[in-house]
Amino acid sequence: MARLIMFAILAVVILASAIFCVSTKRIMRAATALLFVLFGVAGLYFLLDYTFLGATQISIYAGGITMMYIFAIQLVSKRTLQGLSERWLGKRTFLAAAIALVGFATVVVVLLKNELINNTIINGDTLSKEVTMDTIGQNLMSADKYGYVLPFEFISVFLLACIIGGLVILNNNKKEEESK
Amino acid sequence: MIPVGYFFVLSGLLFFIGVFGFVTRRNLVAMLISVELVLNSVDINFAAFNRLLFPDGYEGMFFTLFSIGVSAAESAVALAIIINVYRHFHSDQVNSIENMKL
Repeated sequence: MARLIMFAILAVVILASAIFCVSTKRIMRAATALLFVLFGVAGLYFLLDYTFLGATQISIYAGGITMMYIFAIQLVSKRTLQGLSERWLGKRTFLAAAIALVGFATVVVVLLKNELINNTIINGDTLSKEVTMDTIGQNLMSADKYGYVLPFEFISVFLLACIIGGLVILNNNKKEEESK
Repeated sequence: MIPVGYFFVLSGLLFFIGVFGFVTRRNLVAMLISVELVLNSVDINFAAFNRLLFPDGYEGMFFTLFSIGVSAAESAVALAIIINVYRHFHSDQVNSIENMKL
C-alpha cells in the first residue's frame, strides 16, 4: 500500500512535469521541468529496488545531461531564452495531440490485452530483492551466459567516439571562422 | 504491490507526451528535450518488465544502464551539432535550416 501511494505521487510529479515541459513557451522552464521528470524516474527506480539504477539516473541524467542542456540553452539563443520565438501552432498542435492519443490508445490496448503479461503470477517478495553491487560488477565483466562484457566494452569505445566527434564538430567551425 | 499495468500506462503516457512535444516544438533544443522524455519512458519499461515479470534475470537493469549511457552520448553530440548549426545560421529554429551546407 505504501508503495502504491509512493507510485501515485511519483506518477503525478512525472506526468505534470512532462506536460509542463512540452507545453511551456520558455525553454529554460522546459529544462527545469525535464529535471523534475528525471528525478521522478529515479524515484521509480528506487521504488523498484534498483538503487544502483536510481543513483546512475540522478548522477548522469540529472547531474550531467541537464547541466549540458542549460549550458547549450545559454549559448544558443537570446530570443529563445526570452520566449519570443515559440508560437502557438494551431492546427498542427491538434494534429500532434490526435497522433499522440491514437498511439497511446493502441499501446495500452496491446499491453493490457497481452496474455503473457496477464498470465504471469507476481509474488510479493520479489520486490524487496535488491541487486547488489557485487552482482552488477560480476555480470558486467563476465563473458559467460548473462555476461555483458561485449556491450560494456562497446559502450566505452562509443563514448570515446562521441567525445572525439563532439570536439571535431566544434573545432571544425572555429577553423572556418578564423579563415574568414 | 503495484500492478504491472500501472507502469505501462505511465510510461506510455510519458512516451506520447514526448512524441507530442517533438511534433509541436520548433526549437532544436526543445525537440531534444522531448526526445529525452521518450528515452526515459523506455527505461521505465525496461526496469518494470525486469523487476515485476522476470525478477530472476538482470537483463532489463543492464539494458537500462546501457541506454542511459547511450542517451548521454547522444545528447552531447546533438547539442554540439545544434551549437554548430546556430553558429552557421544564427537561429535555432528548425524552419530556418534549409540547406545542409552554406
